[in-house]
Amino acid sequence: MLQIDNLSNEIAGKAILKGLSLTVNAGEIHAIMGPNGAGKSTLAYTLGGRPGYEVTGGSVAFDGADLLAMEPHERAAAGLFLGFQYPVEIPGVSNVQFLREALNAQRKGRGEAPLSGGEFLKLAKEKAGLLRMDMDMLKRPVNVGFSGGEKKRAEMVQMGILDPRLAILDETDSGLDIDALRICGEGINAIMRKPNKAVLLITHYQRLLDYVKPDFVHVLAGGRIVKSGGPELALELEQHGYEAVAA
Amino acid sequence: MNAAALPLPTRKDEGYRYADLAALETVWPAAVQVVRVPAGESAALSLIADGNGPEAREIAVTLEDGATFDLRLLNAGAAYGRIGVTVTLGKGADFTLGAAQLGGGAQTLEVVTEVTHAHPDAQSRQIVRSVLGGHATGTYLGRVAVARGAIGTDAEQSVRAMLLDRTATANARPELEIFADDVKCAHGCAVGELDAQGLFYLQSRGLPPAEAKKLMLQAFIAEAFVGAADEDALTQAALKALEGLL
Repeated sequence: MLQIDNLSNEIAGKAILKGLSLTVNAGEIHAIMGPNGAGKSTLAYTLGGRPGYEVTGGSVAFDGADLLAMEPHERAAAGLFLGFQYPVEIPGVSNVQFLREALNAQRKGRGEAPLSGGEFLKLAKEKAGLLRMDMDMLKRPVNVGFSGGEKKRAEMVQMGILDPRLAILDETDSGLDIDALRICGEGINAIMRKPNKAVLLITHYQRLLDYVKPDFVHVLAGGRIVKSGGPELALELEQHGYEAVAA
Repeated sequence: MNAAALPLPTRKDEGYRYADLAALETVWPAAVQVVRVPAGESAALSLIADGNGPEAREIAVTLEDGATFDLRLLNAGAAYGRIGVTVTLGKGADFTLGAAQLGGGAQTLEVVTEVTHAHPDAQSRQIVRSVLGGHATGTYLGRVAVARGAIGTDAEQSVRAMLLDRTATANARPELEIFADDVKCAHGCAVGELDAQGLFYLQSRGLPPAEAKKLMLQAFIAEAFVGAADEDALTQAALKALEGLL
């Protein structure tokens, strides 16, 4: 589904990713772990198409198409979802309005008919329920006044509504208390644990992986994948630290 | 006063510092719309200025004791658009202004207000939002005068402008002139650009750039029209004008 080949990039002239390669197949969940400053968030933003993240080498294919040639909204319509480490507050724009317009823009991009207001609300209610989020919160402006945990749950509700094929989740577990962590973990499983979908889970800690069991774990350090393994690698990292394991 | 004898203002006239004087000359003098709200009564007026030629309007409002007036303006004419508003508030009167100015190209848009709190306990609240692209100029000059003895005055001016291009200009000058004690007067003013992070966030969810911008700008100007009797009509006209800017 996703083939990252020898990807390099820079931000404001500074090289961050240095020849990163990774293949993610449908039905797989990959965890990417690594020390601060390794390039984890940079990888997520680069795949999402954030301006300022300039690709200097390599390629990324998403279902065979050149992902890097697409605009951010085209990547979304192609089935990519980027879960933000710090979801952005948009004052004055309600979640419901924003998500309905976003979903219908994606559907238009795929040549599908738009959802009516009623159809959309039904869908939103179902996905909000999955993340135990009150519908009233979805009527409020996007992320404004939400706690850290509520923002992350709202991200997962968005993911449920937009129904992507590939989710790149950047530290979805940061800022979550124990209960919210479990709810988000279960949400990720319910929405994404499917044979035709895949997840790239970026995290610092083992604890989210207790709920969302990865098929593969990779260590990202110095802008490249330095070690790959199965779920046991995450436990090893938690016990011995990055330096010992990935050195 | 004989209107025809009014001399054309010059740049030295404070209220016309940023005006497009050549365009103003073609429509000078501006017609004055007089509004008087009797004591204890309420009135509202919405004005959508989105014509193709230069326009200059003056609205002169007198609020008697305890009267309420709600004025909403959409200033989005294709050439030069000027809306001047003078308001005199009686005791306990209440004035609300919500204005949005939307311009691109070489448009010059201005809202110029003079609000006089002549008697105690009156309130005035002005919200002005401007969205400016291309080489457009958007100006808000707002003077609030609190007369001697007008205690208990509560006056607020909130002025914000969003520049879509570095070549656009926003002028904002909220001004207070206070001759009474025990008054509450607040003004705030900010000029900025669309939040790049917010735009990327909206785009990452599937909104094309123009749609993402429109959604953010719609939210930005919404405050000017919220609660208006004609909120829908104003919003629809504003959206149409916004689409022209993107």
